[in-house]
Amino acid sequence: MLVKDLIDRALDAAERGGAAYTEVRVAERETEELTVKNGALEAATSNVSAGFGVRVLVNGAWGFSSSRALEPGEADRVAGEALEIARASALAQKTPVELDDTPPVTDTYRTPYDEDPLAVSLDDKLRILMEADRNMARVPGVAIRESNLSGGRERKTFASSAGAWIEQEIVEAGGGIEATAVNDSEMQQRSYPNSFGGQVVTGGFEAVRALQLPEHAQETAELAVALLDAPQCPSGEMDLVLDSTQVALQIHESCGHPTELDRVFGTEASFAGTSFLTTDKLDALRYGSELVHIDADATAPGGLGTFGYDDEGVPAQNVPLVSGGVLVGYLTSRETAPRIGRRSMGSARAWSWSHIPLIRMTNINLRPGDAGSLEDLIADTSDGILMSVNKSWSIDDRRLNFQFGDQAAWIIRNGKRTQLVKNPTYTGITPKFWGSLDAICGRDEWTLWGLPNCGKGEPMQVGHVGHGAAPARFRRVQVGVGRW
Amino acid sequence: MVATRDEVGELLDRALALSEAAHAEAVYLGQDSALTRFATNQIHQNVREHDASLQVRIIDDERIGVAATNRLDEAGIRAVVERAAAIARRSAPNPRAAILPEPDGRDHDPELGFVAATADAGAETRAQGARAVIAAGEAKGLQGSGSFATSTMTVAVANTKGIRARHRSTRATLLTVMMDGFASGAASGYAHAGSTDVREIDAEALGRVAAEKGDAMRGAGPLEAGEYEVILEEEAVGGLLEYLSYIGFSGLAHEEGRSFMELGKRVMGENVAIWDDGADPDGLPSPIDFEGVVRRRVDLVADGVATAVVHDAATGARAGTGSTGHALPAPNLIGPMALNLFMGPGTTPRDELIRGVRRGIWVTRFHYINPVHPKKAILTGMTKDGTFLIEDGRLTRPILNFRFTQSIPEAFSDVRAASLETRLVPGEFFGAARCPAVHLGSFNFTGVTASEDTA
Repeated sequence: MLVKDLIDRALDAAERGGAAYTEVRVAERETEELTVKNGALEAATSNVSAGFGVRVLVNGAWGFSSSRALEPGEADRVAGEALEIARASALAQKTPVELDDTPPVTDTYRTPYDEDPLAVSLDDKLRILMEADRNMARVPGVAIRESNLSGGRERKTFASSAGAWIEQEIVEAGGGIEATAVNDSEMQQRSYPNSFGGQVVTGGFEAVRALQLPEHAQETAELAVALLDAPQCPSGEMDLVLDSTQVALQIHESCGHPTELDRVFGTEASFAGTSFLTTDKLDALRYGSELVHIDADATAPGGLGTFGYDDEGVPAQNVPLVSGGVLVGYLTSRETAPRIGRRSMGSARAWSWSHIPLIRMTNINLRPGDAGSLEDLIADTSDGILMSVNKSWSIDDRRLNFQFGDQAAWIIRNGKRTQLVKNPTYTGITPKFWGSLDAICGRDEWTLWGLPNCGKGEPMQVGHVGHGAAPARFRRVQVGVGRW
Repeated sequence: MVATRDEVGELLDRALALSEAAHAEAVYLGQDSALTRFATNQIHQNVREHDASLQVRIIDDERIGVAATNRLDEAGIRAVVERAAAIARRSAPNPRAAILPEPDGRDHDPELGFVAATADAGAETRAQGARAVIAAGEAKGLQGSGSFATSTMTVAVANTKGIRARHRSTRATLLTVMMDGFASGAASGYAHAGSTDVREIDAEALGRVAAEKGDAMRGAGPLEAGEYEVILEEEAVGGLLEYLSYIGFSGLAHEEGRSFMELGKRVMGENVAIWDDGADPDGLPSPIDFEGVVRRRVDLVADGVATAVVHDAATGARAGTGSTGHALPAPNLIGPMALNLFMGPGTTPRDELIRGVRRGIWVTRFHYINPVHPKKAILTGMTKDGTFLIEDGRLTRPILNFRFTQSIPEAFSDVRAASLETRLVPGEFFGAARCPAVHLGSFNFTGVTASEDTA
């Protein structure tokens, strides 16, 4: 059945059933994942998932249903079920939903890329993974070697009863390596270029080739082994330099999530919590030092949170969240933006055809500073600690009290990187921590990291988001938490 | 939209027939799920999903390929078999993973944990439940948030070694957080229930429990972080067990030296018993795994001693134990997982647990738990929705939430008492745990939450 026929039928059935507004999304996602572990192809998968979802607004209340069956009768049935659910929602509805005045758009968007990640041969991909594996295997003491590549394509069509019709093709590619060393009491890991799958971008396989995984394999494995015998990270208050991967996750947890306006209004209260960035603080709260400029940029080339339109048909935009250390914006949707007198900035996204759009991060980027390279920043730090690549994260239900653990750290003495230490952790309170930022490295050190494992909502939805970051320094931070 | 038993069987047989490889496995996963979500006393999301997928694993000359689709017509089945076969053909041999289980003669109840009333529950049932919870909160001047979910899951597996297994189950869960606003130090209470039978979920009673807890949390003040005795309610215990399963109860984590489970060694107090049993109807049962193997009861910790870990076909073959029926869908990089956990009860009535605490902390639940050091099973997280100071055997005042950083086996090495009663705690991410409330001798709180204004 043609997508247009199915959409028209669902829109028509919803309108006849009394919907004041209807959205239909038809989507197909194709993904491929390869993992080589200890010299063998441990996982090779190819997945295809397709279906459609219908969201209706009836008397100011939402209803949504979805199905994998792209069939004419199913369009009628799913639209009918969405109407029935919306009427049940009205049983506990106090304030009718009102959407902003975003005009309906007819357009197409495609991720630009040179080399289709799903068209590159398995042999080519295996060659990269096996070479990386062999290079890690050269290092004595490595117990587990893992190399992975991933690629995906989502084609989706969004249509609304207001007249929107948007077709998009989002292409993603990524990869990474990880070495694990183990002894009787310790397990230490080192990943390149980042943990939890490495680096993932919107774009083609050329981005994966540029990572040069085999070339970084040996040094990655050597550090994992060295960590086994490194001393424990010291405890105390000290100046903290974070590499760009850890700054990226710090942005994610302590700026990205708390600026989600649906969370601010309490809709995540029963799951991951609320936010300290309540709307009375807009344009008033000092979130961080004057060096802190954080933008939500869904237009950034290659970002994992880059697209043409969000899943409410709102065009991708670049808007400031924190400017000169002051809270100036939120991530919004068509439903939430009017409540602060604004129009949606386009961050409502659904993980698949079977999910409703929630407010998700796009690319939440900390602008680079003028502190030069990482080595310049270390040289400018008399005493402190450098932490690199995340391995653990936790934050409270208002996004204030956080604790992170990293894979590796080095003591900084007299402007020099010295002793390697293991199991580094740091903890803090969000505005105090960002208020202690006094240096950010420059554009050459800035990387737009992809984060492919963001979770939100019930039912849980995965989110693919990005974070641009450069290494940064934070003064007098509590480091080395707990008993070891 | 839920396929019949015969339709599923035909689908799996067709997939196996289309494969030309020496060995193949076909897995059907069917899902019909609905969820009504409410916040600030009104429903804001209300969704339903119908999906089903076919996953095919081809094993040929120790080369493995896996592909999945949710297009289940003839063309879709052919395409997924061909994709899996194409990957296998080009793959490198992997003898340590190229293993399919064989039938072992044990049987299971294919409908254990299936309740028609749950499968048939409609949007109005869930909306009425949400209303009852909201009303309980409003009676105490609190704002209710939460979710009411019902689902039917079908797992069916067939392979070329003769495995033919199918299981269908239902699940209903209702949870709520009751708050008096979102400002710093706002009071909040919590309640959560899960069952295979939606009729066993008493929304009104659950709302009252959360509202009373939330009301009691008004006026919470700070307390210095440090080591305290604790009473952990069942929800807090269940959250810790879920993470112990993730990082330590897996045969793969044990094989690779990543687990705290040193078999044969005492890892917890001798009054601690933890086991996994997918066939126990007191949990949320799932009697077969994703390789079609009937789950065995596995005693993980007995008398405080690490006695076993769980296995799938591949890790079980390497360990020499065989599969215990704990496979996740292939290919599975995180290894087998214990999803149906139980912790042995104690002898103290739940209401009397607190009497044994001179000065300590009452913890309702934990929030955002994450491993800091998997091999030492050091976890971190925050207390949430009901944290109180205990003095001389009674709750004396609500306190602001603590962060903990603690080795859990170390904490479970000093279980002063456990409640006689147990409660079923649905997992935050997977599975469920039936566990008691416990009194622990020491728990390390390493930080306290703060107001953004005073930070």
